[in-house]
Amino acid sequence: MMATSYNAKEEDGHHSGASSHGAAGVVKSKKPDNTAFKQQRLPAWQPILTAGTVLPAFFVIGLIFIPIGIGLYVSSNNIKEFEIDYTGVDISNPCYSCAKNFSWNSTTPCVCSMNFTLEQPFESNVFMYYGLSNFYQNHRRYVKSRDDSQLNGDQSALKNPSKECEPYRTSDGLPIAPCGAIANSLFNDTLELYHIDSNNTRNTIPLVKKGIAWWTDKHVKFRNPGENLTAAFQGTNKPVNWRKPVYELDPSDPDNNGFINEDFIVWMRTAALPTFRKLYRIIQKKSNTTPTLPSGKYVLEITYNYPVLSFDGRKRMILSTISWMGGKNPFLGIAYITVGSICFFLGVVLLIIHHKYDTRSNSADIPN
Amino acid sequence: MARETEDPGMAKASKVKRQRKKKTKENKTRTVHANLLYDNAKGEENPNRHYANNKIKTTKYTVLSFLPKNLFEQFHRFANVYFVFIALLNFVPVVNAFQPELALAPVVFILSVTAIKDLWEDYRRHRSDKEINHMDCLVYSRAERSYVEKYWKEVRVGDFIRLRCNEILPADVLLLSSSDPDRLCHIETATLDGETNLKQRQVVRSFFDLDCDFDPIKYNSIIECEKPNNDLNRFRGYIIHRSGRRDALYKENLLLRGCTIRNTEEAVGIVIYAGHETKAMLNNNGPRYKRSKLERQMNVDVFWCVIILLVMCLFAAVGHGLWMFQYGDKRPVFDVLSPDGTDLSPIMSAIYLFLTMIIVFQVLIPISLFVSIEIVKICQVYFIHQDMELYDEETDSHLQCRALNITEDLGQMQYIFSDKTGTLTENKMVFRRCTVAGVEYSHDANARRLAMYQEMDSEEEECTSHGGTLPRRDSVTSHQTPWSVRLTFTHFSYSVLSADKPSSDLQEKDITPDPQLLDKVNECSSQMDFMRFHSQPMSQLPSDLADVIDFFIALTICNTVVVSSPNQPRQKVQLTSTKSIQSNHLQVNKGSSSSLITNRSSNKGCSSMLSSPSAESTLTKLDEEQPPRDLEHNFGPVLPCYDGKAWNLEEGELRYEAESPDEAALVYAARAYKCSLVGRLPDQVTMELPHLGKLNFELLHTLGFDSTRKRMSVVVRHPLTDQITVYTKGADSVIMDLIKPPDTGSSKGKRQKKIVNRTQNYLNLYAADGLRTLCIAKKIMSKEQYACWLQHHLEAETAIQGREELLFESALRLETNLQLLGATGIEDRLQDGVPETIASLRKAGLQIWVLTGDKQETAVNIAYACKLLDPEEEILTLNEACALFNFTTFEIYPSSSPSSSSSSHTPPFMVHRLGLVIDGRTLAYALDKSLEDKFLAVARSCRSVLCCRSTPLQKSMVVKLVRNKLKVMTLAIGDGANDVSMIQVADVGVGISGQEGMQAVMASDFALPRFRYLQKLLLVHGHWCYSRLANMILYFFYKNAMFVALIFWYQFYCGFSGSAMIDQWYLIFFNLMFSAFPQLITGTLDKDVSAETLQQLPQLYVNGQNSEEYKPYMFWMNMIDAFYQSLVCFFIPYFAYADSDVDLFTWGTPFTTLALFTILVHLGIETKTWTWMNWLSIAFSIALFFTVALCYNASCPTCYSPSNPYWTMQRLLQDPLFYLLCVITPVAALLPRYFYRACQGTLFPSPVQVGRQLDKLPAETCRNILSLSRVKVGSPLSPKPPFLSLAKPSPKGCNIKDQRSFPSSRASIV
Repeated sequence: MMATSYNAKEEDGHHSGASSHGAAGVVKSKKPDNTAFKQQRLPAWQPILTAGTVLPAFFVIGLIFIPIGIGLYVSSNNIKEFEIDYTGVDISNPCYSCAKNFSWNSTTPCVCSMNFTLEQPFESNVFMYYGLSNFYQNHRRYVKSRDDSQLNGDQSALKNPSKECEPYRTSDGLPIAPCGAIANSLFNDTLELYHIDSNNTRNTIPLVKKGIAWWTDKHVKFRNPGENLTAAFQGTNKPVNWRKPVYELDPSDPDNNGFINEDFIVWMRTAALPTFRKLYRIIQKKSNTTPTLPSGKYVLEITYNYPVLSFDGRKRMILSTISWMGGKNPFLGIAYITVGSICFFLGVVLLIIHHKYDTRSNSADIPN
Repeated sequence: MARETEDPGMAKASKVKRQRKKKTKENKTRTVHANLLYDNAKGEENPNRHYANNKIKTTKYTVLSFLPKNLFEQFHRFANVYFVFIALLNFVPVVNAFQPELALAPVVFILSVTAIKDLWEDYRRHRSDKEINHMDCLVYSRAERSYVEKYWKEVRVGDFIRLRCNEILPADVLLLSSSDPDRLCHIETATLDGETNLKQRQVVRSFFDLDCDFDPIKYNSIIECEKPNNDLNRFRGYIIHRSGRRDALYKENLLLRGCTIRNTEEAVGIVIYAGHETKAMLNNNGPRYKRSKLERQMNVDVFWCVIILLVMCLFAAVGHGLWMFQYGDKRPVFDVLSPDGTDLSPIMSAIYLFLTMIIVFQVLIPISLFVSIEIVKICQVYFIHQDMELYDEETDSHLQCRALNITEDLGQMQYIFSDKTGTLTENKMVFRRCTVAGVEYSHDANARRLAMYQEMDSEEEECTSHGGTLPRRDSVTSHQTPWSVRLTFTHFSYSVLSADKPSSDLQEKDITPDPQLLDKVNECSSQMDFMRFHSQPMSQLPSDLADVIDFFIALTICNTVVVSSPNQPRQKVQLTSTKSIQSNHLQVNKGSSSSLITNRSSNKGCSSMLSSPSAESTLTKLDEEQPPRDLEHNFGPVLPCYDGKAWNLEEGELRYEAESPDEAALVYAARAYKCSLVGRLPDQVTMELPHLGKLNFELLHTLGFDSTRKRMSVVVRHPLTDQITVYTKGADSVIMDLIKPPDTGSSKGKRQKKIVNRTQNYLNLYAADGLRTLCIAKKIMSKEQYACWLQHHLEAETAIQGREELLFESALRLETNLQLLGATGIEDRLQDGVPETIASLRKAGLQIWVLTGDKQETAVNIAYACKLLDPEEEILTLNEACALFNFTTFEIYPSSSPSSSSSSHTPPFMVHRLGLVIDGRTLAYALDKSLEDKFLAVARSCRSVLCCRSTPLQKSMVVKLVRNKLKVMTLAIGDGANDVSMIQVADVGVGISGQEGMQAVMASDFALPRFRYLQKLLLVHGHWCYSRLANMILYFFYKNAMFVALIFWYQFYCGFSGSAMIDQWYLIFFNLMFSAFPQLITGTLDKDVSAETLQQLPQLYVNGQNSEEYKPYMFWMNMIDAFYQSLVCFFIPYFAYADSDVDLFTWGTPFTTLALFTILVHLGIETKTWTWMNWLSIAFSIALFFTVALCYNASCPTCYSPSNPYWTMQRLLQDPLFYLLCVITPVAALLPRYFYRACQGTLFPSPVQVGRQLDKLPAETCRNILSLSRVKVGSPLSPKPPFLSLAKPSPKGCNIKDQRSFPSSRASIV
């Protein structure tokens, strides 16, 4: 129905000066070239938007979107997710006392544990996240407060961090490594997960702490300044809020220590929104027969280090499986279904309009 | 010799002193000495050293000054200052939002684009300057004692230059010597004023009789003249000789830079003005800059954008303050302290944030809009230039846009003010009728032939169209120097056309004589021949016959026509001069242009002394009772030629070059009666009469035509009667007043009275036929009278102060007590397609007023002929009769006029059937402050307005009045110097590059070769330019608002901290690169309706008049749409990524992509024609974005803080969610607009949309629909758009707006 009219491209009919009456010099006429471009006669597609011409588009969009939406919705629903808030706002919460008494300056760790039950078993790999709410990791000054060169292992930046790190650039006259507010506010709760089996025994669930960061971050962006971390970080100070220096983040695994500690890398990737989650550990699938996390009782043991109550923040632990489209989020599916339905509905409206009012244009549009 | 050199040396010192004194006293004059005298002296001593040298430099910049000067100029634009301010703000650490260096990028980009454009233009100017500066000319060198070649730029004031034929003048030169025996030099001034007829220049009087070669060494006079000015037609000054005698200098003595020497083998002159002080350069104004209506409207909305920006910033600042406040003293870890570790109070940080937000949201003020508009306008101008239909083959000229930035105004015109002569008409005069001594000769055969020609015209148009310009170009091409290329505007040769174009131009040459009149002429001349033979006094001739012959003599000689022969287009026909009777053979020069014949009499000695000025010699000649050089002598040599066929042949080839076309028409008419002008010299005119052969009229004086006197006269000594006769021709109104009151006593007086009355009747008749009328009169003076007059006249001529007035008075004294001979009626044909153009322009809702200097009857008739007035219309005439009672006229108008009394009851369109004709004197009253409102009210209720006899000033006052009072867009179109003021006052001035020189064109914004091109220019190009630009501007506002709003919504989720999820690189280059090209392409190429339909349906023009593409509310609609779209674009990704582990810039990158897609699809919905360029530009935009993003994200793992987007895009491209977002978001965002457009297209289509639908139909269906009595447009639901009521085209086709405005206008009348 979209009418198309291609104007014939006309020949270049440039008049040469050859018609002169035996002129000695060739007279250059000022006559413009007769080309389609210069005469603005380029072949063109000229859609006219009327009810009749656009209604197919609406139906087509509707018909494509609704199935996609259903597919998305279903696959999102297949994702299993479990979330538990351990901030300790309520007195009933086991972490209440920890939360109450804790500040950045505390030296002794406070441990609390939370029980929870998984109604359904989690098949395949389970991803364990910690979630923070009301934490504005996207604050403009916060986002800027880092030195990528330092994190990349650059020696000079290590000793002389970027100005952007101010006021977390130096402490006690020594450069801070890693400098900046992001690093300074590193999330330092430790979460451990135990499965309580039928015998009421606590089975530690093995949590994989590598492979949670982007490959490029781990291997390209973040580098340690040297092999021997202790030596390399000599002459630097730890961030103010940290209890231990950067080269002791994970003493057990040299490949996960220093700047290339994956928990650190994950934290350094600042979240987009004030409510966010960050991948903490991966619970890998053991075999095809048993679910990764069978349904049942679990205990989450928290080493409570990270104060959030001062800014009304919340801390959560999330267990989730993922699908091809990421974590559980029914929104996109619903959105597709809604938009598809609206399109379909508008298509019907247009159809009515077209039938009632567009008769003239039908008669006029005969020849197309 | 030694004495001579010494003498001036001494004189020099005193002169210099005197000159210095003068300089300090009054700076009104310039003194020029010959440089030769000071050759040896250093520059210090040269009195001419203060004057500009001939090196021209039209460039604005030098290598060093370019940067500062250009920047300075660019910062005159407020927007640039604003953007620099913002960029600099980024360098303040507390408020900076982006990397300071990066934030400079857009400003630097915009500035450098403009700078590069300026640089390129300047370079081009520099190159052409260089070419011109290095042209050669001959300058006299003292050392070499001869003329040596020098570059133009080395010429200085006071130099002597030798000019050869066809050379271009390097500077303004005072003509001191010419190889021409008559001391003439012909110049072609086409490059200056576009007039291609040759102009005669005379050697300065004192050097007139110098017969040997001019010797510069011996020159030792001083020239005092006025300061350089740009008036081409004025030059005043005097030359002081050593003897102390002063001689006046006129413009006739000055050769202007840029002109070409013709017909003269050699001329020598002294440079008076050089380089930038020459009149040509002073006249050379650059293009004009105006601000269009659309731009004014746009600026209002830019202002609104600023307000929106401030509101948004304020909102964010307050939000941030509150956000900070809620945390109180417990500063959260993510709220970073200021660099020095101090705590910021909420209020302080809110203030800082306000500034930061201005930086972040700066894109809302579209920085690239200004540049884009400029680019699009340049493209539009290019396309208008390229339009073949606006190219006139006959003159090889096309439309010129002289003002580059008001193209869109062409689409919004409401009033057109048109000149008549030369604009509506061709200004090619054809002699149609005449009346001699009260007897009318109707020349019926002529009229019949005209009709025949018109038919032929249309058939032959094709084959003859090209020949026009070529032969002349042959002679010119070889001399086409860069100079002429540069200064050539339109090569329009009036005379050549008349010679070579067989079709329309034949008419003015080939006039079929009226048999009756021809008989009389023959009879008369044979009688005169007889009488001469028998030595009878001529006064015995019967008076009616004498009148006839006098009439033709007047037609032939009372003009300034130059005779030339077409074979050698610029070669003067060399004529016998009275000085050399021996060698008195008619010599038509057939040689090449260089071998010009110099039949200089050899008997005169080579006098180095200056002879007395010729004026004096004339006087002395008069005094001595010179026996009439016997008639034998006068005619003898020519007689043999007369009966020879060879002569007849040659006569046929004579061509006349006239300054105004009616002069030529009269001369050609006279030739049809065998009274042909054969040659013209400064002191003599030769004409040929049947039986009598050649007659030499001694030309004593020529009082040229001017518009205040409206007449011209020649004073000649009649060779047959030896009487001093004044022949005058001029406008009838003027001449009739100057006629000698007939003394009623004698029979002669009665006869005179009868003649006057009859002639007046015929004149009225002619005027009613739309002919231009001229009266011819003569007067015989006694020698004493003449001598007396001449004395006074010479005094007037040499006066420097008030010379014009004195000359005017002197002319008045001469031109009185005339005897009426007859009158002529000349037809000024309408240009092709004028009625059609006017009809369709009027259908387009344009009010057309004609402002002309012609008399009422002529104007009214032309108005009828071009369908401006309709016979059915009632014409309201306000003329001199009621001028005195003018005031009351306006008062009583509603009751007195029968139509208007009824109009109060009849529908408003009745009123549009009125036509208003007003004449100059009445107009003067009407333009009075107290009456102008009433005048406008009356004029507005009339369908057409015709102002006749209006002065140039009145024309411009009318335009100004309408423009200011009615607040409408006005267009003035004209071709002559008298239209210049009106052209300058109007919003858009259009000049017709026609017959009357280039002054109108120089003042205009657009120059058209023909009136009818106005139709396409306005209806098609105007419409396109307007709708393209309007849509582009709206789109720009939308685009920027939509993009910026994304960040604004984000502020709600980042604590109003001024954070942007979109990488700063994308943010800054989004406008400049990623989304820039498609809109430029659409803005340049989009055609809402095809050219054909626009011309067939002029009603579509109303679209632009009412600014329907860009109404103020549309800006807000677009803003609302932009905010809606940005909401969709923000919240779909927001919810899709809510509570996920997405990081800031991985989440932000899809926004750029989504916004890009949405913006492009939005553009797609608004694009009406899709050419491959549109597709390409969109594909390019997308490809560019992804390429840049991928490269950028792979380039550096540690750079681009804070986003550090390493590998982000790459990862996103592996994420299915990204693609899903990219599909749904644009669809959801654009759904409302798309739906709205579809509904609009069906339910209430705009006229333009109906036009587009017509476009799509095949040609014949389209034609059928258009020819149907009524095109049904829109659905039955919608009210029938009034614009397509083709059934009754005229009254209702008028502007809707005017109908609406009617009640108010009527109210003001009543």
